[in-house]
Amino acid sequence: MKEKTKSKFFLSKKIDKVFIKLNDIWLFVFRFFKEVFVPPYEFKEIVNQCFELGVRSLPLISLTGFIIGIVFTNQSRPSLESFGATSWLPALMSIAIIRAMAPLVTALIASGRVASKIGAEIGSMKVSEQIEALEVSAINPFKYLVVSRIVATTLMVPALTLYTALVALLGAFVNVYQFEGTSFTSFFVQVFEAITFLDVFSSVIKSFIFGFTIGVVGCYKGYTSSRGTEGVGKAANTSVVTAMFLIFIEELLSLQIINALRIVD
Amino acid sequence: MKRNNDNIKYDSKVISIRNLKKAFDDFEVLKGVDVDLYQGENLVVLGRSGTGKSVLIKIISGLLRADEGTVNVLGQEITNITIKNLDRLRLKIGFSFQNSALYDSMTVKENLEFPLRRHVKNLSTKEVNQNIEMILEAVGLSQAINQMPSELSGGQRKRIGIARTLILKPEIMLYDEPTAGLDPITCIDINNLINEVQERFHTSAIIITHDLTCAKATGDRVVMLLDGRFKYEGTFEDVFKQTDDEMVQRFHDYNFIE
Repeated sequence: MKEKTKSKFFLSKKIDKVFIKLNDIWLFVFRFFKEVFVPPYEFKEIVNQCFELGVRSLPLISLTGFIIGIVFTNQSRPSLESFGATSWLPALMSIAIIRAMAPLVTALIASGRVASKIGAEIGSMKVSEQIEALEVSAINPFKYLVVSRIVATTLMVPALTLYTALVALLGAFVNVYQFEGTSFTSFFVQVFEAITFLDVFSSVIKSFIFGFTIGVVGCYKGYTSSRGTEGVGKAANTSVVTAMFLIFIEELLSLQIINALRIVD
Repeated sequence: MKRNNDNIKYDSKVISIRNLKKAFDDFEVLKGVDVDLYQGENLVVLGRSGTGKSVLIKIISGLLRADEGTVNVLGQEITNITIKNLDRLRLKIGFSFQNSALYDSMTVKENLEFPLRRHVKNLSTKEVNQNIEMILEAVGLSQAINQMPSELSGGQRKRIGIARTLILKPEIMLYDEPTAGLDPITCIDINNLINEVQERFHTSAIIITHDLTCAKATGDRVVMLLDGRFKYEGTFEDVFKQTDDEMVQRFHDYNFIE
């Protein structure tokens, strides 16, 4: 295989670069789907990564989710109070948390904590020849490092989203109980009455997509990093920025699709 | 430790390379390399930085692909080998990286255990531990078993890197700059270790270096890589006597050889 580059560009140097990059990302994602279903499966590493990326995120997610539940309930109260409708708070918070806040907040926290970790970890392995060391030991580094991490984030972000929703609702309950004296049972009866199957289902599906995005971005940035320690820092940084950017775009697109489904429903 | 080259079998080639060419962009690094490695032999490849020495062993281990030429390793042509066969072949090749490339997140024991568990099935925990202890004893670092790579010195990291490749009992060892960045005493230790590995594990080795002390201490045969081709082949003394090439002489003079 010749590794020679052409001296002339198809459109211009910058535009060509964008298309080459997009093609690289597409090939990276394609390779993931090609390898994920083919044995040997890296079950042990997937479980390790689920623990590292998922379980270790629990303290941060718990704190953030609980505080968001309290703060949003508190901030929503004055608007409802002016209509004498504070009894709608449980339903309002339920819809807000399950439809939007839980998936989005979880994905953003995961982008900050997980995408940067994956980008830096794989990036440093790349520049210190550890990926080549895996390769010469007859271990497929793509499957061992990339597939396992993408699978882990794809599985763990939806799980964390459901957990965030639960913790945020508990935060909301604490606030509602403090001001309105609503009982635990009454609060959660109203919560579950307000949401539909589509709300929960769309949130979970969205979270799968967010998790996949976080995994792909972190792994791609790390796996393609270069230029020594500077490249590692860049991989960690751009992993977070790119993952967050893509998550907002995906959120916007999924909102349109889910609204369209609601109208059909 | 003095090299014992009685075990070299000159009728048995483990690596045979013909007309090997490799370019990166427009820069041609290897312009037609021909070389053989015989069973039990330590072949030293000398050359300045950036002359393609590491590229050569990366092609042998399948990390890079050749543009032209043939590379036969243990009877298999690797320029058109399948991934499955390449992985099988790689188990017979040990690659010691310049920066050791130890897995940072694992202890020394886990670094050694990892390839063993992956490739040698049905080993009991006791057998795994025995293998690890034996290899660590061979490289003289039994006490480092529970340390993290970050806690090791440069020389210790090199030793553990070599130990990790030895755990799968390879037939060929590829050393990429084994003494780079080490103090002279540690260099001598590593040179001795390379010879001990050859004696104890009956490996054949290609040693990439620009350290003439290492070349002299470990090489049965030395080749100079100049301008993309092998020139001046023979024993260490032969190579530096047979030519008055200015580059070779400068190479010699700038190293401190008695």
